[in-house]
Amino acid sequence: MQKFITAFLLAFSFTAFAADIEVTLVIENHRFQPETVNVPAGQKIKLVIVNRDATPEEFESHTLNREKVIPAKSTATIYIGPLAAGSYPFIGEFNQKTATGSIVAK
Amino acid sequence: MFGTALIVFREILEAALIIGVIAAATKGVPARGRWLVAGTLLGLAGSALVAASMEGIAQFADGIGQELFNAAILGVAVLMLAWHSIWMAGHGRTLAVEARTIGSAIRDGQRTLSVLLVVVAIAVLREGAETVLFLYGVALSGSSSLVEMVTGGALGIAGGVVVGVTLYLGLLRIPVRLFFAVTSALVLLLAAGMAAQAARFLVQADVLPSLRSPLWDVSSVLPNESAVGAVLHGLIGYDAHPAGIQVVFYAVVAIAIAGGMRWVNSHNASSKNEIPHSP
Repeated sequence: MQKFITAFLLAFSFTAFAADIEVTLVIENHRFQPETVNVPAGQKIKLVIVNRDATPEEFESHTLNREKVIPAKSTATIYIGPLAAGSYPFIGEFNQKTATGSIVAK
Repeated sequence: MFGTALIVFREILEAALIIGVIAAATKGVPARGRWLVAGTLLGLAGSALVAASMEGIAQFADGIGQELFNAAILGVAVLMLAWHSIWMAGHGRTLAVEARTIGSAIRDGQRTLSVLLVVVAIAVLREGAETVLFLYGVALSGSSSLVEMVTGGALGIAGGVVVGVTLYLGLLRIPVRLFFAVTSALVLLLAAGMAAQAARFLVQADVLPSLRSPLWDVSSVLPNESAVGAVLHGLIGYDAHPAGIQVVFYAVVAIAIAGGMRWVNSHNASSKNEIPHSP
């Protein structure tokens, strides 16, 4: 149990201090800005999503295997990667007509 | 309206599948209907609460609170399902096949049902909270009229319920001899799939390493977002491109539960021989 707790704390402190690449996406008027995000391949990325709308949104990407609800007027963090080079489309599930974009790993 | 119906349907689908499997797996346990309804109602009440406090949950622990919350409730569901599976391996066969309503069966049956109440409530809670948030967003944005929104939501919920009931009735048609084996296997895979989902949330929160992501990719054959893929995801945790750690969690939980069931089965073999077999 002691070992488990230590491992758990280590994992958390690693989270806190790891120098990840940080990318910010903004949701406004049910659109992502920018719609195309370029990131380096083969590295872990901290994706910060700021929802400026008054409605909640769900970031969803099948190719990235990620989904997360972002409440109205709030900010969420999602860790992705390391990614192989390629294009990874994502949508805002609650507003699929307008909220689309992709992450391009090079 | 159909957009609303489709999204609500997809959120409801997973919960409906889980309830269908659990309703089938507990066939013959007295008073299970009451427990399943209680679990669903608890889950619905919880959904509204979670949706209302989503902002707080999301901001918790440096913006990864939602993942920790999801992983934690999935972990609880996995433990409950494991407990149920192993318990059923020891006592369930007689209970399910003979449907005896003697005192001890009621008592033992309700013990396992109180565990499944939690699983049902959690399944409804997770999907329900997202549905509430989505409908709230639709209502707030004012892009659909109230009638459209309510109709769409009701259509989506009805669709999910139909799938759950169909699965349940399909399972009931399996010959009694096979029934126990099939439902046990489904509950086991359900638990393993939930463990894999919990692992995915912990990778997303950067608490666990992904151990190569994806480990394989069969999304060109059967994508997650296809109808069959979505049903298999809800049922057995299918993922077209899982991270390595998800596969590890899946395998560990499946092997642990199967091992526990075998162990209990062999331990009870002697006492089981004394129970007279019905024709």
